[in-house]
Amino acid sequence: MSDLKVIGKPVPRIDGEERVVGAAQYVDDLDFGPNLLHAEIVESPHAHAEILSIDTREAERVPGVVKVVTAKDFPYTFGLYMQDRYIFAKDRVRFVGEQVAAVIARDPATAKRAAERVKVRYRKRPFVLDLKEALSDDAPLVHPDLGHYARCPWFFPRAGTNIAHWRKTRRGDIRKGFAQADFILEDTYTVPRYAHCAIETHAIVSLYDHSGRLTLWSSSQSPFTQRNVFANALAPLGLSHQDIRVISPNVGGGFGGKAGVSMEIMGAVLGLAVKGHPVKLRCTRGQEFYNTYQRQGVLARIKLGATKDGRMTAIDHKLHWDAGAYVEYGANVVNAAGLSATGPYPIPNIRIDSICTYTNLPPGGPYRGFGYSEFLFGLESHVDRLAEMMGMDPVKFRRINAIQEGDTLAYGGKMNPSGLREAIDRTAREIKWGKKTRPSGPNKVTGKGFATFWKAPAMPPNAASSAFLKFNEDGSLNVLISGMDIGQGLLTVMAQVASEVLTVPVERIRVETPDTDRNAYEWQTVGSHVTWGCGNAVKMAAEEARDKIFTTVHRAHGLKKEDLYLENEEVRCRTRKNFRLPLRDFVINGIMLPNGQFRGGPILASGMFMPEFTSALSDPETSQGGKPNVHYTVGAAAVDIEIDRDTGKVDVLKVVLAVDVGRAINPDLIRGQVVGGVVQGLATALYEDIRYDKNGKLLNANFTDYKIPTAMDTPKEIVPIILEVPQPDGPYGARGVGEHTMIPCAPIVANAIYNALGLRLKSMPLTAEKICLAMNGIDYDEVKGETMGLCFMGDPDTYEFSTGKTR
Amino acid sequence: MNITVKLNGIAQTIAVEPSDLLIDVIRDRLGVKSPKYGCGKGDCGACTVLLDGDVVRSCLVLAVEADGREITTVEALSMEGPNDVQRELIRNNAFQCGFCAPGVTLAAEELLRRNADPTEEEIREAVAGNLCRCTGYQQIVEAVRTAARSRRKKAGRKRRPRSGRKGVKS
Ligand code: FES
Ligand code: FES
Repeated sequence: MSDLKVIGKPVPRIDGEERVVGAAQYVDDLDFGPNLLHAEIVESPHAHAEILSIDTREAERVPGVVKVVTAKDFPYTFGLYMQDRYIFAKDRVRFVGEQVAAVIARDPATAKRAAERVKVRYRKRPFVLDLKEALSDDAPLVHPDLGHYARCPWFFPRAGTNIAHWRKTRRGDIRKGFAQADFILEDTYTVPRYAHCAIETHAIVSLYDHSGRLTLWSSSQSPFTQRNVFANALAPLGLSHQDIRVISPNVGGGFGGKAGVSMEIMGAVLGLAVKGHPVKLRCTRGQEFYNTYQRQGVLARIKLGATKDGRMTAIDHKLHWDAGAYVEYGANVVNAAGLSATGPYPIPNIRIDSICTYTNLPPGGPYRGFGYSEFLFGLESHVDRLAEMMGMDPVKFRRINAIQEGDTLAYGGKMNPSGLREAIDRTAREIKWGKKTRPSGPNKVTGKGFATFWKAPAMPPNAASSAFLKFNEDGSLNVLISGMDIGQGLLTVMAQVASEVLTVPVERIRVETPDTDRNAYEWQTVGSHVTWGCGNAVKMAAEEARDKIFTTVHRAHGLKKEDLYLENEEVRCRTRKNFRLPLRDFVINGIMLPNGQFRGGPILASGMFMPEFTSALSDPETSQGGKPNVHYTVGAAAVDIEIDRDTGKVDVLKVVLAVDVGRAINPDLIRGQVVGGVVQGLATALYEDIRYDKNGKLLNANFTDYKIPTAMDTPKEIVPIILEVPQPDGPYGARGVGEHTMIPCAPIVANAIYNALGLRLKSMPLTAEKICLAMNGIDYDEVKGETMGLCFMGDPDTYEFSTGKTR
Repeated sequence: MNITVKLNGIAQTIAVEPSDLLIDVIRDRLGVKSPKYGCGKGDCGACTVLLDGDVVRSCLVLAVEADGREITTVEALSMEGPNDVQRELIRNNAFQCGFCAPGVTLAAEELLRRNADPTEEEIREAVAGNLCRCTGYQQIVEAVRTAARSRRKKAGRKRRPRSGRKGVKS
């Protein structure tokens, strides 16, 4: 594959210029003229309450108000994998900030003023925030109707409890596995919720025109999935897919937060409420925190055993997830973790319980890493500790157990080609594993930490990608896909794929953002799968176009198709050295024959990809029998840190991250993913710290109190190492990389803190405060007070759940 | 009341309310959309514009405060194609989603106007008020550094001596 011309080259983004000159348009930048209306949401002040009445009369009297909308107007449920939500809270509210009504007005200020005049009477109900309480036998039920919700076939809710889904994975004989172990370690780790913090907040504009067409301009990773969810939810109104059009212009950051459907469902119906008027709904920064999705909290209890020569023999991994008030998407995060919580180690005896628990906190959902960031903190901390117990170097321990091609996965499938061992070795070498860096001052101490990681896309077995391709008169071309460029550079990478096949330079290929009326189908841009899935579709479309080009030339010139090839935007022929036909001469207008007739015409092509080898059907008690995952991307990461003994502050000196991307279609964009993901991951590890009060209200829904990294908060050095063990079914061997760069960041820091100070922190974030307390022998759980970053009010070690019996 | 501003070189008079924010007037009344809403509280810098050449958060400025002053948004830098800073930002793949890009670009431009030879720390400080969730800032910093170098070269100025900070190896 060494003769590749564009694949593997660090070409500049095709949408780079529009971003820096202010030309890139995001939803909020689109103009809709003087008819545009604005909406403001009326929110629940309670974590759990019955809605007794909603009086909208006073709000409706405010001059400039056009309409007030409640569940009465649209009493429908929606959800991606489970329909557990109403568009507007109906009869009860389940978290602070939930939408109860919306006011549509001429301008945002009027809508806001009127929203304050909507009078809602509530009867408060007991609520649950704490996981232990939510799983206790006398817990208040967040969803008494759980048993009746429509859901996908691989979710297993337990009616009459707060358990929305329980993924069980069983393999081998767990008792025998622990009996074989010479060393066994068991402990508990907690990871709180986190917020995505894309700089663009969610925004949607909805227009229901007088012909009955519903058009939505949505800041979304998932235009087609949105259309599907809207069509399903609004079917009672007679709307179907053909009536609904979703257009997604540039998206100002997603990270999973703009996947699926969250606030957009309101946008959809607001348009329906005021026919003929476009209505805009834009989240405030605060709403972005509490009423889109959050990353879910998890309490992990891990028991891991190994023989003295370093073979892992058994794992018992219990993951208790705080999924919030609605789990229509979040339950699939729980599911994904439940299939893969062994980490990248082929352990023969496995018991995983991944339990999705309703609480009266904001809805959990997808966030870069999709469950893997969450469980890897505990698991990779635990692996280090077991190695220490055994007296073995933790890198060696990982290397011995590193998964390889053909190894059996937790659910019984076989591992894809993988460069994990090489990733471990090169990471260890680059970080100078085993050598301490000299501290920069007398009160400073340094330490290194290591972790491996893996992740598979989590998607339905029939998640499909497709692409259209068409030429223009000048031989330039357009690729029409619905994979979303959420910053990762998908449009550029797809241009590279098409360019490689058709020899048209990347600069002459337009790949634009999606429109469900015009672009080809894509399920969603999630799970780091679009380079792979959409890339396969684009490659197929380009090959089809090439074939049509050759057919045209064959018909006009009589040359054999198999002798033809493309070079520098020309058709060449192996048997006729001086034959050259520029694409621009015929890809629209065809080729003229000597008699004045033409052959050919506009070259159009399409491509499609669906992973036909997957299946989500398996034994619910063991997860054996299906093939839920398409492939795993693996890697290793390490960090060198310096800690100030006086303040506990961690300075990140160097991060190394090696990831096996199969094939780096654009190494510069991958570098962007590594640096961006590492910085985002380190922030969750070190200081992003979400806080709720005792009544379930989010306390720091802003950037003043919820700190995300600035340009001053980055590691001194980040070294990406790109490995390329090709993925046999990937375009040019590529597989995904977007999420993976974030997921090892928490355990490498935890392990480095231990290496530096001999202190093991088991709850994220690993703040300076926690480190300082630990250095002074103070248990954080005893002083953490009443604001919780997680739903573990008590000491996590005391959390034993009665999930076995449950009513 | 009426205010008169010069937006990207063009003088405009417009009626505003005393409570109107500059970001809303620029975006919704004058139709220039590059300053973005990210927080409305001065925390993110997405709404950055230059007011008489200085970086301000337009979500914190009342429109009336801009009366008689000159507002520059990123569009003004590229009237004859992307300027040198913008070209380097493009070449370095400095942005991902690009939502922060107008603000970061203006902050960088303002830095280079007042400091032709910034250290890496100074570059980082200059854009520290502009949050970017995507990039980890590395490629932004590299681009600004290169732009500074080429601008100096063009102006025939020398680099001042200092010790550097390690960046990403690639
Ligand atoms: S919108 Fe002005 S600083 Fe965030
Ligand atoms: S590139 Fe996305 S916020 Fe900066």
